[in-house]
Amino acid sequence: MWSFFHKLGSPPWLYRITGSILRWLLPLTLIALAVGAVWGLLFTAPDFRQGNSYRIIYIHVPSAVVALAGYYVMAFAGAISLIWKMKMADVAMKSCAPVGAALTFIALVTGAIWGKPTWGTWWVWDARITSMLILLFLYLGVIALYEAFDNKEAAGKACAVLTLVGTVNIPIIYKSVDWWYSLHQPASIKFTGESSIDPSMLYPLLLMIGSFYALFTCALLMNMRLEILRRESRTGWVRKLVGA
Amino acid sequence: MSAPGLLAFCGRLLRRQLVLALRRPVDIGNPLLFFAMVVALFPLGLGPAPAALAGFAPGILWIIALLANLLTADNLFRGDFEDGSLEQLLLSPQPLYLSVLAYVLAQWLVTGLLLAVLSPLFALMLGLPGAAVPTLVASLLLGTAVLSLVGGIGAALTVGLKRGGMLIALLILPFYMPVLIFGSAAVQAVVGGMPAASHLAILGAMLCLSVALAPLAISAALRISIDA
Amino acid sequence: MYFDSLHAALAMEGHGPFVWGAYAITALVLLTLLVSPVLRARRLRRELAGDIRRREAAAGEGGYASRT
Repeated sequence: MWSFFHKLGSPPWLYRITGSILRWLLPLTLIALAVGAVWGLLFTAPDFRQGNSYRIIYIHVPSAVVALAGYYVMAFAGAISLIWKMKMADVAMKSCAPVGAALTFIALVTGAIWGKPTWGTWWVWDARITSMLILLFLYLGVIALYEAFDNKEAAGKACAVLTLVGTVNIPIIYKSVDWWYSLHQPASIKFTGESSIDPSMLYPLLLMIGSFYALFTCALLMNMRLEILRRESRTGWVRKLVGA
Repeated sequence: MSAPGLLAFCGRLLRRQLVLALRRPVDIGNPLLFFAMVVALFPLGLGPAPAALAGFAPGILWIIALLANLLTADNLFRGDFEDGSLEQLLLSPQPLYLSVLAYVLAQWLVTGLLLAVLSPLFALMLGLPGAAVPTLVASLLLGTAVLSLVGGIGAALTVGLKRGGMLIALLILPFYMPVLIFGSAAVQAVVGGMPAASHLAILGAMLCLSVALAPLAISAALRISIDA
Repeated sequence: MYFDSLHAALAMEGHGPFVWGAYAITALVLLTLLVSPVLRARRLRRELAGDIRRREAAAGEGGYASRT
């Protein structure tokens, strides 16, 4: 177990192993995404209240779920890099931020597009939407902080502290936004109950959630490989790799 | 000369910060002036109708207090970072947790506390009902302390950067949002004829949590900024 | 397939533009997310390869490069 842990800290090993993981994970992810999207778009029955607009759920919910999970992945990597001073955890944390921000952006945009036919408006200050917006701000804050430092080692540590502060704060932010919304909730907008989702709608949704997790992993690994190359550009193994 | 005890050390640190602040009274006055000016912006932007202004007053006052606090957060460690005394503090044997707390306390005394004390004046100008004024002051007292602690994290993270001013706002505004929600809700509750004790209790809980955790984050961030 | 024709699938009883638009934007963002690291890695590798070649050429010419 410990030898695996030590190997994780070795850039050439990590570069090689992520390369071989991506070789089968990336095609599999793309196929699963395509299957899930076609299934959700064309082969499921429309929702009896929302009609066909509910089909956006197959990208909206997975992106929101993975965007939130991504923050915790980032914080976990940040904690590892702070505690064990592991360079590769720092790389993982830095690579999480753009991927998470992109997924949060997708969740917000698809939510807005879904809102137009369902509620008649692009944007409502609803608890979940507001929380996702704040999550986007948190991701962008991490990216901005990383870019502001010239010393990238300090940048990684500072971002790790920021993500850990964010981890403590996310539940507080979510609970307070929830409470805020229940206080100000306008009467005109009602959520459809989500307790009873038909299995025929649930299976493609689960497939899409799984695919989005895989997609997050792929994008994370690809960004990590780029970052590893960039940081190790002066070492022998990268020269051999590039020269060959 | 023997090293001072822990409490004496923190007391001296606190007094030093306060003396430094009092030597530059303009810096203390600036956030208050900012507060007053932005209060004047709202009637200009929203129209002078007293009913509308009174309705928005809790939110307006809380947002301005938040922004005033944000503007001062950047200066928390800046001066001591530039003249090197921050580095001395990190090298000293005293626990950084407490000395950082002394810094934040000093900053809160000259911004948050003064804002809270002066806020009834601005509340009257915006037509906030008199019954809500004590709650406004209480919520500002509790809330600005949380803001100062959280702002300290942002200040410590960006203190080594040349252009930290805008960045610090981007970093810590998301963390300010829960305080804003409960702070303005407390005042609104009283305006609506409901008790505000539960909101104030939650603000107090946030204060306890941030007193416990924020100094740890601030110390870690300061060490990173000094090493960079 | 739920829809009778391609036209019905595109229209989705009036919701088509919203649904297809949302999927198109998502596809675009995801594609950017996956393609941009590949492109940037390729550029970085090209730069590094050029760097190495230049250095080797400089070493081949003897002390000239080191003097400048």
